[in-house]
Amino acid sequence: MRIVDVHKRFGGREVLRGIDMTVRRGEVVCLLGPSGGGKSTLLRCINHLERIDRGEIWVDGQPIGYRLRGGALHELHEREVAAQRRIIGMVFQRFNLFAHRTALENILEGPVNVLGIPRAAAMERGRQFLARVGLADWANNYPAELSGGQQQRVAIARALAMEPKLILFDEPTSALDPELVGEVLDVMRALAKEGMTMIVVTHEVGFAREVGDHAVFMFDGRIAEAGSPEQVFGNPRHDRTRQFLAKVL
Amino acid sequence: MSVDSGTGTGQRHQPLPIVPLRHWGRWLSAAAIVVFVLAVLFVLGHADIAYHDVPTFFLFPVMLEGLWHTVVLAVVAQAAGIAIGLAVAIMRRSANPVASVSAAVYIWVFRGVPVLLQLLIWYNLALAFKVIGIPGLFSVSTNTVMSPFVAGLLGLGLNESAYMAEIIRAGFNSIDKGQIEAAHAIGMTPARTLRRIILPQAMRVIIPPTGNDFINMLKETSLVSVISYVELIQAANNIASHNLEVMETLLAAAIWYMLLVTIASIGQHYLERAVAGGTKEAGRAQPLQAARKALATMPFAGR
Ligand SMILES: Nc1ncnc2c1ncn2[C@@H]1O[C@H](COP(=O)(O)OP(=O)(O)O)[C@@H](O)[C@H]1O
Ligand SMILES: [Mg+2]
Repeated sequence: MRIVDVHKRFGGREVLRGIDMTVRRGEVVCLLGPSGGGKSTLLRCINHLERIDRGEIWVDGQPIGYRLRGGALHELHEREVAAQRRIIGMVFQRFNLFAHRTALENILEGPVNVLGIPRAAAMERGRQFLARVGLADWANNYPAELSGGQQQRVAIARALAMEPKLILFDEPTSALDPELVGEVLDVMRALAKEGMTMIVVTHEVGFAREVGDHAVFMFDGRIAEAGSPEQVFGNPRHDRTRQFLAKVL
Repeated sequence: MSVDSGTGTGQRHQPLPIVPLRHWGRWLSAAAIVVFVLAVLFVLGHADIAYHDVPTFFLFPVMLEGLWHTVVLAVVAQAAGIAIGLAVAIMRRSANPVASVSAAVYIWVFRGVPVLLQLLIWYNLALAFKVIGIPGLFSVSTNTVMSPFVAGLLGLGLNESAYMAEIIRAGFNSIDKGQIEAAHAIGMTPARTLRRIILPQAMRVIIPPTGNDFINMLKETSLVSVISYVELIQAANNIASHNLEVMETLLAAAIWYMLLVTIASIGQHYLERAVAGGTKEAGRAQPLQAARKALATMPFAGR
């Protein structure tokens, strides 16, 4: 995945001011930084939930939201953007499970209705994904009957069921009670080990240190500092990084 | 702070007896209501109404025809109202400003003009347009097309569609935006998101007021009697014009309305339960269970 000079403004306010970033297959990039720095906006731009004002975002060789033709980027129709999003999973801070569907049905929604996989086959795979996040026994429970940690694990399984090439996590543990954070991080750790490409917005410095291949600090719509976790956390060059780490640690 | 098992003193082993609260106020108000109802029944019983004629009128062929017309008009007008209302609600939230503004104007007009007036306009349309159609394609005389049924359907259906559009819009707005984004994030198109994620959940918000509207619709069909459509009230009037038993025939029509409304309410209840998947409503007590529970809080109950 490659991001080149991405700009995004809301009204008159520029929220992303020139972001460049490259993530190679199998890498885990942790995005950190104070609230309002544009981390969520960046993730939302990557799967085109927000339209960027300038720059390019390439995922798996495709310019997201556009088609390259005759040396120009042609804007895609909503339907075509939807097709592009299949290769990008997203996990939200507030889980966003479909409230009228059971855990298993939440997972089946994409494979059956978007990818067109026969229901029986999808069901089989869906149960495997549930088992992978440790929720084999909760297939028939509705989201309202699950704890926050369980809901987030279903949300991860829902993203995995699309067999994405990249998964974006937007503060996946911030809405959880402290004792439930671990179970979600465990699932993410396992995913990283299996070679999933992930961009994770998190305040869990321990997780970023252990699992991240790169750590990126964002302030005010810019990347302030990027590098290996040891370097960024152990020997931050930027004052703002140091101040932020002092608060989080 | 200290914690010890058993009773507060750690001495007694017998649990203290509990004296339930006696709701004297409820008994008094219940008695007052019973007395009032008995008084009303007494007055009605001595009214100058030939009650024994009511069952005859109730099943008069004209009355049954009126009943059939009432039901058909209400069902078709409600169905049209839901279909058009859905389209208008979707237009209302469109990113295209022309679509959303025209939807808003549509709602403004058809909700703003009284139904009775709309009925009269449709019925008298021939006064303004002798023929209707699409130039070059087809055209028909307005008078032949605009039967009382068609005028009633247009008047009631279009007015209802404006209300339905608002009900459906409220239903759409009740869905949290996070779920819509999650649907987009797994590659669903906007149309599929509407069908699979938004609509099924919005149903819970949409169905109760729609049931209310349908019950209103059953009764609003009576307005169509002014443009000589033979529904229940027109049927009652037709019978009464022969035998002058006005109160008796109206009473028979009233009983039919009550029956229709009762059936519609029961249908609404089961429809609401059917779409309650994933919510607390799904586990809510049935009416009989609920009644038993409410009675259990009455004084002396369960003793
Ligand atoms: N839809 C939106 N409309 C207007 N402003 C927005 C919108 N989304 C985010 N913002 C603004 O963009 C800035 C960056 O937000 P965000 O990306 O959520 O930051 P972070 O995730 O780092 O906390 C904030 O100031 C926020 O108020
Ligand atoms: Mg955020």
